[in-house]
Amino acid sequence: MSLGIDLTQIESGFSDPVFGSQSVFRAVMDAVARPGSIADLGFAPEPPVGLGRAAGAVALTLFDFETPVWLDPSVDQARAQAWLRFHCGCPITADPQQAAFAVVCAPESAPALGEFNIGDAKYPDRSTTLIIEVVALTGGEPKTLKGPGIKGETQVSPAGLPADFWHQFAENGAQFQFGVDVLLVAGDRLMALPRSTRVHIEGV
Amino acid sequence: MIATSTPRSNETERYYNYAYLDEQTKRMIRRAILKALAIPGYQVPFGSREMPVPYGWGTGGIQLTAAIIGPDDVYKCIDQGADDTTNAVSIRQFFAKVADVATTEDTAEATIIQTRHRIPEQTLKAGQVLVFQVPQPEPLRGLEARETETRAMHAYEEYGLQYVSLYENVSAYGRIAATAGYPVMIEERYLMSPSPIPKFDNPKMDDNEAILLFGAGREKRIYAVPPHTQVRSLDFEDYPFEVQTWEESCALCGADDAYLDEVVLDDAGAKMFVCSDSHHCGQRRAEGHVGPMAGHQLAQGEPEAAQ
Repeated sequence: MSLGIDLTQIESGFSDPVFGSQSVFRAVMDAVARPGSIADLGFAPEPPVGLGRAAGAVALTLFDFETPVWLDPSVDQARAQAWLRFHCGCPITADPQQAAFAVVCAPESAPALGEFNIGDAKYPDRSTTLIIEVVALTGGEPKTLKGPGIKGETQVSPAGLPADFWHQFAENGAQFQFGVDVLLVAGDRLMALPRSTRVHIEGV
Repeated sequence: MIATSTPRSNETERYYNYAYLDEQTKRMIRRAILKALAIPGYQVPFGSREMPVPYGWGTGGIQLTAAIIGPDDVYKCIDQGADDTTNAVSIRQFFAKVADVATTEDTAEATIIQTRHRIPEQTLKAGQVLVFQVPQPEPLRGLEARETETRAMHAYEEYGLQYVSLYENVSAYGRIAATAGYPVMIEERYLMSPSPIPKFDNPKMDDNEAILLFGAGREKRIYAVPPHTQVRSLDFEDYPFEVQTWEESCALCGADDAYLDEVVLDDAGAKMFVCSDSHHCGQRRAEGHVGPMAGHQLAQGEPEAAQ
């Protein structure tokens, strides 16, 4: 029986999964604890075409058989799914409500934040964590963030987000304790926007 | 950075994974930590594992440390503020053995500090993680025995019962009597138990620089306070929150702003007050601070050499 997976076509994962995932996790933990700060995951291995290095590093570190993953249709499904299934063993789901993680590579055409799982009143931790690939984490329109993990306030300027992303994110935060958590990734770099972070939007 | 070629001294003798836990367990705990940081003060359920120490000896803290620690970390472990008590020494040796990390008693030098029931006197800084061992993560458990009910109370922010309990304290004792595990409100949303730290330490959690992680192994819960998060100790306008104070200063180092332990010296009732934070006290003595009983034999113990 053939599963249709050609192992020679699957890109490699961490050269040392134990220390690789530990290093990535600590960087991601620091990023989530300090929203708006930028983590460099340049040491992680190269994932398949369509996924950035930081997105791939988060997948290798956090995905497994317990976490259904929503994978952006714009990604080369065959190669990315084979890579994720081989290294992480994670189920792939097309239903945003079922997703523990969502890998978004084309933010313009992806479902809105509110269409993913926002958790349960008693178990808000059961919400989706979105990994959104953007053009860059700097150089875009500046936004002011406040909230836990931020001393006073901080400025961020990710480039390549849909025009209404920050409105969606503000709505997401307004329904705290419900809400999705966001990891913005651009190539090697990562910035966290957990649901507890509040964004200041002019005129609102 | 990835330490792919880090020499591991006990490689040939190791029959367990790095940092003891298997990788799938670490992933599960890591995911719980990220959700805990995203919802400050909320208790995330996790699949707590059997550890090689009994429940009540820090299994929650050990699992958190095992999930985050790497070979570049410098690890410190304290029990009631002291580096040299049995529990602290055992856990420190455990991680020196299973995770090949450097250990220290120096608060400033440590990147991960695991603690039972104290926050160090020295102000923590960015880059440090403080891991609390938590016996009972549910602040409302003494008032409501059913988990289904307390979970609903957190979900709908129904904290009236907690205030009634504090009010009953005031009416019975004339003050809020809780001295350890004093409940706190995180960002005015989640009621949280700070673990049984003395209320003296509560103000240190507010707008703190380090990441605070809490692990309860038997109760299978993880929760967290990110840096620069608002942590308010509950009180009333006419009965404001106050920390413990002492008329004495530390008998060994003379500190008058540290948390003091009362030590009984003999059967005749002689006693002394000394800093509960052993490293803080030792450092002050090294700097030349002198208390009224300086030179007492209790001060003679040499700190354990870093490994």
